[in-house]
Amino acid sequence: MDLPPPKALGSAGARPAAVVQPAETLEQALYEVRKKIYPRAVHGWFAAWRWALVWATQLVFYGGAWLQWNDRQAVLFDIVHRKFYILGLVFWPQDIIYLTVLLIVSALGLFLFTAVAGRLWCGYACPQTVYTEIFMWVEERIEGSRAARMKLDQSPLTVRKLGLKSAKHAVWLAIALWTGFTFVGYFTPIRELWTEATTLFRWSGGGPNPALGPWETFWVLFYGFATYGNAGWMREQVCKYMCPYARFQSAMFDRDTLVITYDGGRGEPRGARSRAADRAALGLGDCVDCGICVQVCPTGIDIRNGLQYECIGCAACVDGCDQVMDKMGYPRGLIRYSTENAVAQHLTRSQTLARVFRPRALVYAGILAGIVIAAGVSLWLRVPLKVDVIRDRAAISREVEGGLIENVFRLQIMNTAETGRRFEVRAEGLPGIRVVSEPSVEVDAAASRMVPVRVRVPPGEARPGTHPIEFVVSAIGDEGVAVREKSVFIVR
Amino acid sequence: MSEFTSEFWSVYIALLTIVSILACAVLLWTQGKRKVAGTTTETTGHTWDGDLGEYNNPLPRWWSWLFYITIVFSLGYLALYPGLGSYAGALGWTEVKQLGEEDARANAQFGPLYDKFAAQDVAKLASNPEALAIGQRLFLNHCAQCHAADGGGSRGFPNLTDRDWLWGGTPEAIKASIIDGRAGVMPPFGPALGEQGVKDVAHYVLSLSGSPSDSIRTARGKPLFAQTCAVCHGADGRGNPALGAPNLTDRIWLHGSGEPAIIETITKGRNNQMPAHKEFLPASKIQLLAGYVYSLSEQGASPAAAK
Repeated sequence: MDLPPPKALGSAGARPAAVVQPAETLEQALYEVRKKIYPRAVHGWFAAWRWALVWATQLVFYGGAWLQWNDRQAVLFDIVHRKFYILGLVFWPQDIIYLTVLLIVSALGLFLFTAVAGRLWCGYACPQTVYTEIFMWVEERIEGSRAARMKLDQSPLTVRKLGLKSAKHAVWLAIALWTGFTFVGYFTPIRELWTEATTLFRWSGGGPNPALGPWETFWVLFYGFATYGNAGWMREQVCKYMCPYARFQSAMFDRDTLVITYDGGRGEPRGARSRAADRAALGLGDCVDCGICVQVCPTGIDIRNGLQYECIGCAACVDGCDQVMDKMGYPRGLIRYSTENAVAQHLTRSQTLARVFRPRALVYAGILAGIVIAAGVSLWLRVPLKVDVIRDRAAISREVEGGLIENVFRLQIMNTAETGRRFEVRAEGLPGIRVVSEPSVEVDAAASRMVPVRVRVPPGEARPGTHPIEFVVSAIGDEGVAVREKSVFIVR
Repeated sequence: MSEFTSEFWSVYIALLTIVSILACAVLLWTQGKRKVAGTTTETTGHTWDGDLGEYNNPLPRWWSWLFYITIVFSLGYLALYPGLGSYAGALGWTEVKQLGEEDARANAQFGPLYDKFAAQDVAKLASNPEALAIGQRLFLNHCAQCHAADGGGSRGFPNLTDRDWLWGGTPEAIKASIIDGRAGVMPPFGPALGEQGVKDVAHYVLSLSGSPSDSIRTARGKPLFAQTCAVCHGADGRGNPALGAPNLTDRIWLHGSGEPAIIETITKGRNNQMPAHKEFLPASKIQLLAGYVYSLSEQGASPAAAK
């Protein structure tokens, strides 16, 4: 895509005003104080979508930790024991491939959504947006509207101001701590964590000690602080200065990508007018220059300057402008989701949407669907048993009574099912090959055992050298649960 | 930093480090603002290729605080931890000390698991599934390198799953072998016996276990055996556990069966070493290992069988 006009590249909202001085040289700061943004609350179609996603993501996040499954936490990432539980699935470190798949799916999903409709993730689902939305809602309830908040910040410190500010930060901190607690609850069983956290102190070692472990305490506070800091204080700065996504979005956009667009052809020349005035007679466009689109913007930009890297695609300006258009009796959509081509070529809505099915989006969608299907099939066919065969390095090959050749192996048998099982161990690949050690092994639920296994081959059945063999480990009573592992039998 | 031969280098590096860090702070401070030609802050004033300008998009000020924080952190770190020349740091932290602390913590946490078995009889441990499961893991960690994962040994390393013992198969003897190790030495007799003498003795030794042997050589070897070998292996060749001398009348051969292997043993002697484990295994773990090894020979059992 073409780069936006140079003016739009910079940050219209955050840039220091151009100071014109008569002096020949000018002192210039490489760093500047952030100008606080007071986004005006907005209602409308897209704001409703954002709130729906706030509810959906937060119900899953806050509630998911409390779900139980088979007498254990439904979703638990047990790092100490290196097992990840997700509903009925138990992931072991050997399943790291699924994490890779998850990351690939997430990345491709991001590519696809971005190519089709810009920064959907940023505007609706990113935790930074979601928590900022929640925190701004609290702020609005306690400190009041945008104008009231600005006035409050400029007023001298009074008891009322102190009370409002304290109340706001108290609520913020409460939400943040609960978020931190919930997050840690995905790594430490949340019910035990809750018991510990509410016990506060336990009598041990001759004195009261905090019941919550030092590391749990640290991480709860750490993630709580991160939530409070990012959603309460940092806000748009996270998107502007920390998040890399804004910086490479232009690589994923093209001329048919739906982005928040100000229809300059319709809006300009902008200007204030009375509702009754005839805009054609005044020579004005549809933009009444009310500034609502700037006031509602959480990143403090003016969308009328064109697409900017600060724009997180939240569509707050769309909702804000639509309300003004309604009041003025003008058609909606002066600011809308549209594409560069649609504005330039005056495409209709259906023509614009038809271009969603362009090769780029279809290729992304195809690859994404392929990987999701492959991962799903792989998960479906996954056997809750893993076996590693390690040849014994001490006894390469030994001759035992009757001239039989014996090799020793260690089998690491990992029962990833949540029930204990007995496994049968067989060897295949050479005539007369036989496992002479204990033929069946009991392994507890979600446990692993290292078992020494002796394998014998009758004399004369194999030439000196190495011979490929296979171990077959199968669950007794459940033939579907079986794993074959290759190894080598050595005769000397 | 003990590798420094003179104190000079330590001071030199410490100074260099501190001056560099302070220089970073000075650089940050002085370069945070600058004078540019022009009358507007809209651009930085840089121009390339005639018309390419650079917009001035200043970073937020807290970003520069991050740089100052790293400087404060580095000074704090260097005050607390070793890093400035040979200065050891206020905390006196060392890797070795940390390892010692972690070991102590692990022992405090897991020690009781082992300790409850320390006072139990070895023979009793050999039939305790829990003790055998722990014993097996210890065996795989500490013993399997030589004696093989199944305890079956290999050439030169005794099989622990049969009832043939060099140093005795009682629980006490097994424990003693693990604690203090064993040195099994057979002196070379090649020079003393001569080539033919060695061969004669070898055939006599073969005959002891009923292996095929040359009857003439066996007859010639018998008096030689009585003279040179019987001291350790006994007049009947049944060995002596007190010396670790193997029983020659069974068909178990530590260094290989057959005439050539036996001739080599007699000619060159053997020097076998089982290392002592008391230095790095606590008594409770040795007790568990002894129980496991005892079970291997007594029942040919593994914990799987016991379970």
